[in-house]
Amino acid sequence: MSEESVNPVMPVMDAEGRFVAGTYDVIVVGAGHAGVEAALAAARIGCRTLLATLSMDNIALMPCNPSVGGPAKGHLVRELDALGGEMGVNADKTCIQFRMLNTGKGPAVHALRAQADKKLYQFTMKETCERTENLDVKQILITDLLLTEDKKAVRGVVVETGEVYYAPAVIMATGTYLKGRIIVGEHTYSGGPNGQRPAMHFSDSLREAGVRLMRFKTGTPARVDARTLDYDKMEIQPGDAECRNFSFMSDVQTREQTPCWLTYTNEATHRIIKENMDRAPMANGIIEGVGPRYCPSIETKIQRFPDKERHQLFLEPEGIHTNEVYVQGMSTSMPADVQLAFLHTIPGLEHCHVMRLGYAIEYDCIDPTQLKPTLEFKDIHGFFSAGQANGTSGYEEAAAQGIIAGINAAMFIKKEEPLVLKRSEAYIGVLIDDLVTKGTHEPYRMMTSRAEYRLLLRQDNADQRLTPYGRRVGLVTDARWARFTKKQEAIQAVLQQLKDAAVNPSDAVNGRLAEAGIQAIHTRTTLYELLRRPDVTYETVREAFAPDIELPELTDEVRQQVEISITYEGYIKKQLEQVAHMEKLENKLLPEDLDYALVPSLRDEAREKLAAIRPRSVGQASRISGVSPADVSVLLVWLEQQRRLHQAEGEKSCSSTK
Amino acid sequence: MQQGDTISAIATAPGAGGIGVIRISGEHAIDVADAVFRAANGKRLAEVPSRQVIYGHAVDAEGRTVDEILAIVMRSPHSYTCEDVVELQAHGSSVALRKILRLTWQAGARQAERGEFTKRAFLNGRLDVSQAQAVMDIIEARTERSLQMAEGHLSGHFSAQIQAMQDAIMDMTAHIEAVIDFPEDGVEEVVTDEIGAKVQELRTGIARMLQTAHTGRILRDGLMTAIIGKPNVGKSSLLNALLREERAIVTDIPGTTRDSIEEYAEVGGVPLRIIDTAGIRETDDVVEQMGVERARGYVARAALVLALFDGSRPLTAEDEEILGLLHGKDAILLLNKSDLPAVTTAAELAERAGGMEVLPVAVASGAGLDALAKAIHDRAWAGETEGTEGGFVNSEMQAETLRQADAQLAAVQGTLDAGLGLDCASIDLRAAWEKLGELTGNTVREDLIDTIFSRFCIGK
Repeated sequence: MSEESVNPVMPVMDAEGRFVAGTYDVIVVGAGHAGVEAALAAARIGCRTLLATLSMDNIALMPCNPSVGGPAKGHLVRELDALGGEMGVNADKTCIQFRMLNTGKGPAVHALRAQADKKLYQFTMKETCERTENLDVKQILITDLLLTEDKKAVRGVVVETGEVYYAPAVIMATGTYLKGRIIVGEHTYSGGPNGQRPAMHFSDSLREAGVRLMRFKTGTPARVDARTLDYDKMEIQPGDAECRNFSFMSDVQTREQTPCWLTYTNEATHRIIKENMDRAPMANGIIEGVGPRYCPSIETKIQRFPDKERHQLFLEPEGIHTNEVYVQGMSTSMPADVQLAFLHTIPGLEHCHVMRLGYAIEYDCIDPTQLKPTLEFKDIHGFFSAGQANGTSGYEEAAAQGIIAGINAAMFIKKEEPLVLKRSEAYIGVLIDDLVTKGTHEPYRMMTSRAEYRLLLRQDNADQRLTPYGRRVGLVTDARWARFTKKQEAIQAVLQQLKDAAVNPSDAVNGRLAEAGIQAIHTRTTLYELLRRPDVTYETVREAFAPDIELPELTDEVRQQVEISITYEGYIKKQLEQVAHMEKLENKLLPEDLDYALVPSLRDEAREKLAAIRPRSVGQASRISGVSPADVSVLLVWLEQQRRLHQAEGEKSCSSTK
Repeated sequence: MQQGDTISAIATAPGAGGIGVIRISGEHAIDVADAVFRAANGKRLAEVPSRQVIYGHAVDAEGRTVDEILAIVMRSPHSYTCEDVVELQAHGSSVALRKILRLTWQAGARQAERGEFTKRAFLNGRLDVSQAQAVMDIIEARTERSLQMAEGHLSGHFSAQIQAMQDAIMDMTAHIEAVIDFPEDGVEEVVTDEIGAKVQELRTGIARMLQTAHTGRILRDGLMTAIIGKPNVGKSSLLNALLREERAIVTDIPGTTRDSIEEYAEVGGVPLRIIDTAGIRETDDVVEQMGVERARGYVARAALVLALFDGSRPLTAEDEEILGLLHGKDAILLLNKSDLPAVTTAAELAERAGGMEVLPVAVASGAGLDALAKAIHDRAWAGETEGTEGGFVNSEMQAETLRQADAQLAAVQGTLDAGLGLDCASIDLRAAWEKLGELTGNTVREDLIDTIFSRFCIGK
């Protein structure tokens, strides 16, 4: 840890004559979803941390839809929580509707999605940050990065008012603010999301530091006044009756559930959009940035799917204490008159008043292949990047990177081993590996189909996968650890009991089975084997054999783990075997400074790509497009050759010194 | 110590030697061997000590004996690759060897790539460090070779069919994934019955391809071959030469009698199934008039015709009739008795035969038989090559790859039947897609996401 160096009486000036306003271990630039997780993680691990935001009132702002979670995104939140992050806890405290999606589709893709009360979410997160030990939150706009003279390491940041903050580790979590440009029809202006200031200088400083930038675009729909909606014309979408939580630490609680409302576009809507297509900024060249395919504006949808007769829209309340309602599915950057005209064609919205117009935003982000899987820049020691600034999209994706950047900045300060999650361990691992290995050409959204070991990466077992890591880095509290170990022990105990308890195919046993609706057995069968049948549940088995075999009553979470691990054992085993094969490649680490020109027999394309990406392991190398299986074999053989040559040299020098 | 999945290949040089060895290496090597081997003493290989020679039989999935073989288990790290290795020694005929090899694939091994045993041996610390470059060279050569293969070796039709299957699987997968990843975006629900029906359709297609595919048929059954020619032209000598050349008459075709027997001979690496060998012997031995009708019958059944002519005599009316039978057939004309002064020349015969390939041979002395072997090889594989370390042709791999893709599709059906959910079915579907991708070279994961976004309108 660095020493206390701020003099409380005399202002300290640095060699360049700038006022040194503070010295920290870690500085986080930006207090959105990535920034707060990064700052909280670093501070909780014990690093003196500064969280810089350009508005104290907009910490953890949700400038787009008021929801958290969904497939893959909900998985990310659970993982983040298992590591000791804040998003899940904060969502549980402040969300106003919870739904478990995909319940009919197999446990690996069950996904929790919640509607947030935006302001409550923000203020609660702000409060948490302010109350966290080691963490200072300041409203300052950062304009420049301070580097060492050789530009190979970071030293701190410069504030727009001239003062500097020093730290050996800096995390940029600048979201969509870098050279942000707002577009509504023909009107454009420099700005951040939701009427915020943009950060106009920081990307120049990055460019000077040798960082490659990209320009992306995203957008958001209008917010309409709840009082002006005709709810009779829309379909109500209530939350689940059952209580749900993101955090493994949250206990079941009842919440007031606020419904969303479903409606659709129609021919009239589409006609207005088509007639005004020449005024759409994405069509007339005003927008230059690359937008995401999965989150297209309504004008893009109409253009790309001309045969689709209607598009569904969800009306989502933005909170309890506001009338603002988010029109999900209607993202647009059309001029104001067009927005109003097409909104008024929609059942339920005929008389709606628009409170905020939809807009598109363009911003600078970095090419994430410049990062290591730790999220540190390969070429700038101590400089990390997380969130939308890395070319992703979504609060959850941002937060997931934030916690990893925060942890690894802390590990960097403490000179401990960084945390790199594997693709087989977490969606977070898939996300970061994709970013740093393949890069992205559009804002990257997490999807379950991106994960090759989906059955292992379930939202229900995120704690089992990740809480030990969170504990290792110092982010998992004693309370969480105790709760975790207790749950795991309960799971193991009952699995063992099910394996040990066997029943014979007697008439009595088959009679009981028949009563429970379970097919008869013909050989001696363990209860574990019985549970493997798809429609047999733990409860039916427990009831069928009570009181002769006493199986414990289980909490829902434990019972779920037991049932899933038995029912899907075959598939899980298959995936684990694939993981084991891949693991061998993941564990073959490539030296960071390896000169690929010296490796013979690689194809030219592979040599170029390898030199550009500088993968951490042979496993990562194998995922670079342009690196073939043969190149991977060559790398393996070459590594083994080098290892043995070094060994031989080592032995020689040992014997010569003797 | 185990470097990856379990691999197998024929480890002896093709065609040569009285014994052929199939080597299986990897963590499931012993399980795989146990699936294809029945020891005479009834023991499983998992129970026998290392380095002991076990006598028994290779059996197929139905338990039918394929060959009499010996098995040797070498447990990690005391083996060539330092992994678990089982070597199966069979009679040298590559028909039997290939059949056993294929059985090892069905039992879960995959074809070893060229140099793969050596690569694993090196990575596990065997071999001298100076051999690293040699290993890398092999790998590099393999890349070039597989590039050539990808460019030239799939016939357009075959390739288009596989691509169509991949597209159909990709469509289903994209639909399932879109529904899973965007459950609230109004994507039409997936009907499992429809998936089941489409999968069945694909499986039927694969079965048809396996039946009709040139390669599949040759490899499973041998290339149906007729030897025709007028009496005393040397048919039975040629037959004996072909059989002797490969030194083994492997198997009698089940269900046929000695009277009208078909025999396997392997020539130029191609298994030939020679029609009515008894009849051929009979007609030449007894100097009986061989009816052209009989020859016509052979030719009609044959995929390859070897037509013999006597170069030491002028062509006769019978020869003309035989030439007449060859129209539109895949035929190699052999001008026999090239050791005697030529009366009919190869050029003359070629001209009469409308430009068909003519090879001068002397069956009695064996002259020209090498050229015949090469000609057969070239025709059967149309430019496809054999691996050196694994003595098998790529086409056999194609057939096996199709079978494995089919097994994945069967797993989709099993998953749906067991009610295990769409996400599991999607995993099997992707595995099938990737298997087929090994044939088309199309295995990029990003395709799926592209397909989802191009087919479904998704977004907030």
